Amino acid sequence: MSDLNQALADKYKGNFLKEVIDNVEEGDRVQMCMQCGVCAGSCPMGPHWEHTPQKIFMMIRANKREAVLASDSMWMCTSCYNCIARCPRELPITHIMHGLATYAKRLNLVPKTQPTAKFAQLFWNNLSSKGRVNELKLGISLYFMNGFGEGVKTAMANQKLGLNMLKTKRMAINEAWGGHSVKDKSGFHAMLKKAAEIENDTIEANSK
Amino acid sequence: MADEIKTGAYICKGCDLGNRLNTDQLEMIATREGRVAVAKSHDFLCGAEGVKMIQDDIDSGEANRVVIAACSRRAKTDAFSFSEIPTSRVNLREGVIWVRPEDDESQETTQEMAEDYVRMGCAEIKFMATPKASEEQGTNRHVLVVGGGITGMTAAIEAARAGYQVSLVEKSDTLGGTTGQLYKRAPTRAPYADPEDTGVTELAKMLEDDDKVSIYLNSVLSSSDGAPGRFDVEISASNADGSTDAAQTISCGSIIQASGQIEYDANKLTEFSYSEAPDVITQLEMEALAKAADGGAIKRPSDGKEVQHVVFVQCAGQRSDKEGHLSYCSGHCCNTSIKQAMYLKDNAEKAAEGSSIDVQTTILFTDLRTPGAGGEDFYRSGQNKGVTFRKGTVSAVDKNGNVTFSDLILDEEDTIDADLVVLATGMIPNSGRNNEREDELSAQKTQLEAENKEVPQEVLDEIAIPVESILNLKYRQGSDLPQLVSGFNDSHFICFPYETRRTGIYAAGPTRRPMDTQQAQEDATGATMKAIQAIENAGKGMAAHPRAGDLSYPSFRKEGCTQCKRCMMECPFGAIGFDDKGFPEYNEARCRRCGTCMGACPVRVISFENYSIDSVGQQIKACDIPDEFDEKPRLLVLACENDAYPALDMAAQNRFEYSAFVRVIPVRCLGSVNTIWITDALNSGYDGVVLMGCKKGDDYQCHFVKGSEMAHTRMSKIADTLQTLNLEAERVAVHEVAITDIHRVPELINDMAKTIDEIGMSPFKF
Ligand code: SF4
Ligand code: SF4
Ligand code: SF4
Ligand code: SF4
Repeated sequence: MSDLNQALADKYKGNFLKEVIDNVEEGDRVQMCMQCGVCAGSCPMGPHWEHTPQKIFMMIRANKREAVLASDSMWMCTSCYNCIARCPRELPITHIMHGLATYAKRLNLVPKTQPTAKFAQLFWNNLSSKGRVNELKLGISLYFMNGFGEGVKTAMANQKLGLNMLKTKRMAINEAWGGHSVKDKSGFHAMLKKAAEIENDTIEANSK
Repeated sequence: MADEIKTGAYICKGCDLGNRLNTDQLEMIATREGRVAVAKSHDFLCGAEGVKMIQDDIDSGEANRVVIAACSRRAKTDAFSFSEIPTSRVNLREGVIWVRPEDDESQETTQEMAEDYVRMGCAEIKFMATPKASEEQGTNRHVLVVGGGITGMTAAIEAARAGYQVSLVEKSDTLGGTTGQLYKRAPTRAPYADPEDTGVTELAKMLEDDDKVSIYLNSVLSSSDGAPGRFDVEISASNADGSTDAAQTISCGSIIQASGQIEYDANKLTEFSYSEAPDVITQLEMEALAKAADGGAIKRPSDGKEVQHVVFVQCAGQRSDKEGHLSYCSGHCCNTSIKQAMYLKDNAEKAAEGSSIDVQTTILFTDLRTPGAGGEDFYRSGQNKGVTFRKGTVSAVDKNGNVTFSDLILDEEDTIDADLVVLATGMIPNSGRNNEREDELSAQKTQLEAENKEVPQEVLDEIAIPVESILNLKYRQGSDLPQLVSGFNDSHFICFPYETRRTGIYAAGPTRRPMDTQQAQEDATGATMKAIQAIENAGKGMAAHPRAGDLSYPSFRKEGCTQCKRCMMECPFGAIGFDDKGFPEYNEARCRRCGTCMGACPVRVISFENYSIDSVGQQIKACDIPDEFDEKPRLLVLACENDAYPALDMAAQNRFEYSAFVRVIPVRCLGSVNTIWITDALNSGYDGVVLMGCKKGDDYQCHFVKGSEMAHTRMSKIADTLQTLNLEAERVAVHEVAITDIHRVPELINDMAKTIDEIGMSPFKF
């Protein structure tokens, strides 16, 4: 993986914008940002993360490859879509943020202790196994994300909420065993595999 | 009959005037005090029937002058236009009922206001005659264009298309000017996405083929003189060997100066290594590289290597207050850099045919300014093509092309290693000699020498810089058009573009303000229309801007003239010369009819047929001045008819109220205000005088450029007069007013009313 990172860094030496255009979903739109700062001002996460979308896009153009790919920003985006709604240049900011996160992960550059990155992985694992999000399992895995002891504590604290959800049929306990899946599960897996292959091939090719 | 004055006074009762005012009383005042021959009221004076009533009286010989007491002189001008008949407009609507509350308490003072205005109108009309064309001028439908760049070429073709003969004079051996040196220009039409052809070649061809146009290459004006309708110009051509041909003399009706711009000297920018590094170039040099490449890869000057990363430094030596830098924005260079970055992007794309070879282009700017309709689209197109824009201030460029700057978004210092650096250095107007500055310097030198003091080196240096004249005018005021801020030629940036203080000579293109090629072409078209108007009006003896079409004209009473030359000195347009006996000699076609000379004359011998010391002075005297114990002060407002008077009208339209004690008289320009009006007013018991004129100074809005300034200077001396009269200085106020000041004008009047309240009534009431 780090070889891939190195290969790409070498390949696009001095032109990170091009690397983003070629490898990040909707990355070609980054060049259209006019640095007005509306997204930065609209983002609820603005004060809480390292770089606002505006800054991230400027950094891409300023060739700050390492700083961008190691930033916590794209991992903090809550997908509220405020920025997309407001960007005068109509950049798909949220999608670019997620595209950058995906690319950083592929290159193994995710900040090690980033909790939202861990959550994103849990979510993906949950979703990709059966093609549907199993909320109960996702909740449980989230509780136990930081170890067994932590998990029990959190579960106990939320006991009442859980019971209420059961009562009002907001949670199905039988989902804990198996849970239901998409109709054609193997087809779904094949599709994911193919998509991953295509993505891999593109990036591999771009790194050459 | 012509000698006997028979005034008809017509009072309108429409627009609520009949309800608000006692018009019978007004009729009586016109008859008894105004001594008019006929006085009539009408319910709807501006309607066909009302107008017919007036016209019938004129036709039957019952009235040979009319006083219309109705709305402002700026309203219903079509209805109340009795050509050949002097007309005075009494402003009862905007001037009285619209600015006064409609209640019983105010009724008396409102009526008094109206009565005074009727008295004033009847007084004014006695001193008005119908101006007649002097027939002194001929019509010469020939436009001279100085400068064969895009501005001059456009002006020439526009004038020729309008049917005028054109002489186009160009100093170099080819048409095109700076635009001719460009590879392409920023787009001028939708979708504003790509650079476009400059069009210079086609334009030159069109001019060469047009038999209305004579082109003089390698030529300059060695002399020019005259006035609108009759300029005499000498054109001198120089040959390749340096010899000059005998000058040709042509006569023309008006002149367009399109002398263009000169690129700023980048050698002054030592921090950007321009003089040492061959790969640090100006925008114009970049155009040359692009022309040489002609669609192929652009190669850098030092070693011919194909460039990989080009950095554009915006505002190089511009928009800066550093010594030797330009303080202004040249307006085109942001778009120019985008365009040049596109040359590189487009060329690379063509050369690489889909491979990933890419030329990086980075534009470093502090503010990206892309004016014009398509500016924003062009910027977007630049981004779309992958031009990188970074907001940053460049501190240095070294010999190897390392550009150091502070990034204003990321808030950090950064360096880019570029193959080629393009400096956006901006333009300097090619505006000829600055006669005013020259006079100032030589006066300084003479003064110091007379005092046996050493003349500072800067002064000597500045004197020593040779500047070529463009027009070589044989005017007493100097050889070239006056210059305004930063050396741009006369002409107001916004209010009156192209207009200069030399009537019949119009400035167009970057000689008057920074601009791009498209704006220069629009400018050329505008100036051409002005030049045509000047020719046509001069032929009819009519004034040019801003009193276009006016036939009135100043004359002076020789017996009274003391030959003091004040009129000559104060005329903003250099319209007054002197005959060999020292008497003023008016140059009708150059005169703009502002009346500044009339305001300046200490013995008051200058007047127009319909505007004179008397036509205003008698209005001042016609007002009824109540005695001190009535507690009804009187305030006189002399308001410039160009901006202040319309502002008062608009205030009235909004029903902003002001004091009922004020009497407003419109004047052509504050410059036409003679101090005698002020002293007369104060002597006859007015309690305060307010003057309202346009903004003066470098950023003037004065329609006669210097009129308001002259008035301010004159009024600064009125304090002495006040002192001899033993009056408080606060009784006279001079204000600069813009046409948009509709909230402020009533306040200014009310302020004066308050002041009078505080300092008390004038002791000069009888
Ligand atoms: S709102 Fe859009 S254009 Fe503005 S800074 Fe954000 S991404 Fe750029
Ligand atoms: S979608 Fe993401 S980047 Fe955009 S405002 Fe919301 S949190 Fe911020
Ligand atoms: S047009 Fe752009 S580069 Fe030129 S002076 Fe103005 S802001 Fe600076
Ligand atoms: S001061 Fe005005 S009115 Fe008098 S001569 Fe000059 S331009 Fe004409």
